[in-house]
Amino acid sequence: MYLFILIARNTLRHKLRTLLTVLGLTVATISFGFLQTVVDAWYSGAEGAAATTLVTRNATSLVFPLPLSYEARIRAVDGVTGVGYANWFGGIYQDPKNFFAQFAVSGESYLNIYPDYLMPAADRAAFLRDRKGAIVGRKLADQYGFKVGDIIPIKGTIYPGTWEFVVRAIYDGAKSTTNTATMFFHWDYINEAVKRQAPRRANQVGVYVIEIRQPEDAALISNAVDAQFRNSLAETLTETEKAFQLGFVSMSEAIVVAIRVVSFVVIVIIMAVMANTMAMSARERLAEYATLKVLGFGPGFLTALIFGESLLLAAAGCVLGVILLFPLASGFARLMGTMFPVFEVAPLTVLQQVLAALVIGCVAAIAPTLRATRVNIVEGLRSIG
Amino acid sequence: MKIPFSYIARNLWTRRLTTALTAGGLALVVFVFATVLMLDEGLRTTLVTTGEYDNVVLIRRSAETEVQSGVDRAQAAVVASHPSIARSTDGQALVSRESVVLISLPKRGSDKPSNIVIRGIGERGAAMRPQVRMTEGRMFRPGASEVIAGASIARRFAGAGIGETLRFGQREWTVVGLFDAQNSGFDSEIWGDAEQLGQAFRRTGFSSVIVRLADSAAFERFKKDIESDPRLTLEAKREQTFYADQSKALSTFISYLGLALSIIFSIGAMIGATITMYASVANRVGEIGTLRALGFQRRSILAAFLSEAMLLALVGGAVGLFCASFMQFLSFSTTNFQSFSELAFGFRLNPPIIVKTLIFSLIMGIIGGFLPAVRAARLKIVDALRAA
Repeated sequence: MYLFILIARNTLRHKLRTLLTVLGLTVATISFGFLQTVVDAWYSGAEGAAATTLVTRNATSLVFPLPLSYEARIRAVDGVTGVGYANWFGGIYQDPKNFFAQFAVSGESYLNIYPDYLMPAADRAAFLRDRKGAIVGRKLADQYGFKVGDIIPIKGTIYPGTWEFVVRAIYDGAKSTTNTATMFFHWDYINEAVKRQAPRRANQVGVYVIEIRQPEDAALISNAVDAQFRNSLAETLTETEKAFQLGFVSMSEAIVVAIRVVSFVVIVIIMAVMANTMAMSARERLAEYATLKVLGFGPGFLTALIFGESLLLAAAGCVLGVILLFPLASGFARLMGTMFPVFEVAPLTVLQQVLAALVIGCVAAIAPTLRATRVNIVEGLRSIG
Repeated sequence: MKIPFSYIARNLWTRRLTTALTAGGLALVVFVFATVLMLDEGLRTTLVTTGEYDNVVLIRRSAETEVQSGVDRAQAAVVASHPSIARSTDGQALVSRESVVLISLPKRGSDKPSNIVIRGIGERGAAMRPQVRMTEGRMFRPGASEVIAGASIARRFAGAGIGETLRFGQREWTVVGLFDAQNSGFDSEIWGDAEQLGQAFRRTGFSSVIVRLADSAAFERFKKDIESDPRLTLEAKREQTFYADQSKALSTFISYLGLALSIIFSIGAMIGATITMYASVANRVGEIGTLRALGFQRRSILAAFLSEAMLLALVGGAVGLFCASFMQFLSFSTTNFQSFSELAFGFRLNPPIIVKTLIFSLIMGIIGGFLPAVRAARLKIVDALRAA
């Protein structure tokens, strides 16, 4: 018991230094957790994907469309229970800075594949009835103040002109990780206009989303779909929605890797700060350690004393860091709005924070412990702080 | 009277382990700070060298990139007949009708796909980009299923090396040459014949038209002519502006990310410096009292401890910068989400970055050392002497 009292008293001997060290640890724990959360947000699209959803795109690349006629042929593949399609619209709402995703989708067949988008049945029906109707996610609606009945003008970059959509429904996510920063409207509405303006570009689909009965059949069905269109003008590439989303992540892999590396660098920086604090404390107390040795305390006791103090400091910083991370993350999520559709602290992140603090505490205690346990008693007694 | 500099420097040397740890922390922060600045600078130079100042890019109005744009043949012909376009020695107008698409290629080794720009260029397209030079093999022949690949693409993507073939648009395309575009954005592209690529992708029109102006000053008039012509639905931008606009988002992202990281990190490093300096003051109370008794003023003591902190920070800064300079050997590639295609760029160190980084580390030193220095300066002579 008196060991703990000694540790606690030692910790409070230099209040300012302790305060600064804990502050440093808190900043490091928060930034580590925060950066991990940023990386998680990158992967959120892939995490949210259902195992029974496949995505078919043009094999050459996403910028090439697929003919509308593929729908019926995909539907006929064994094991497929639903087919919808979507086109990336890439429009601008007022200013290019207001970026959010817009998709022109196939209406009911598309919504059926994504049961995670929750909206009142009446609103959903109203959307399906209105060709100019649109559905917006809760987060998007909150950010720009969209209400049911509002008209949203969007300037097309791929489909020239300014398009007007009437908000018919606002959807919520079934899970906290569901992306609610997207806008959906009718593919038919866009297609009718394209037919008039540029008939060659009409009746084309960006991607098909396929719902299958058994997740185990994903590979088999993917092959069956792609086989249908081999050696055609528009060859297809079918993969699970998760793989499709991970493809986007891997495109910006360098940035993700950089953020990850940096999040570990911050740990190393604080390790240096912490090791420094402990080294200074130990140097000042060398005479005390020698006294303890004279009194008959073994190296085990000294080790416990120093490790205990180091770990106590690390724990204090870590607890503060974990507690403060949550308000910081939610504040940041609000600030960034639709830029990060999903921004949530994962349980794994908290675990990693705790582990990091543990490692910092231990590493920082190594050098002072070696010094204290090895010190010659006479030499130690002679030393002055 | 000032306290000699050698006293300050020796103080750091006496407590080597602490100095090394603190300077190490500062060096890491400076390293991150400098690396981000270098990355942003690398991106900027890549984009500036991509565009020729006198070249003008014409794309469909409201399209932001060449991939989104479409220019039909009639419109391209109208543009090509504009009188302010430069002519080559054989009297041909310097116009390149280009067809730009993206194809997804797997990376060598990892098999992870990324989108690559395939640019179909006109007869004069290569001549209009003087920074592009063939380094291996030969130019593609017009009318053949042949392409040439940029240096950074050939190295990193499967099938893009010389002699290899790529399959897209129901054809096999042989890579017959490699080109070096002096670290510009073209290094991340594959070039072929615009007419052949158009055929392969069943496109009748082009994506963009590039023209060279005979007189650089004529740009404003040319732009006005094009944008007010009722037959055209195009907009004109200088090639340099066009490429700079296209990675504005990426550049902003990198600088914001870097700024945020640097701020967070510098807090940690400054705390480290403060702890070290406080300890340094606490260990030397007696010394400080002696110095004061010898007649050194409070001002000199303050200056001495501040300079010690700044020296510490400068050492850390120099080490960090030294390590960061090695990053110039690496290159960074990521998808530019505005153009949705792969872009490779390097880290570039230039004098303004060196100055900025050193100032940054000095500021960290000043902030970290200020409170301890004030404490040292405010010690009363009698108390300080008694403490020793």
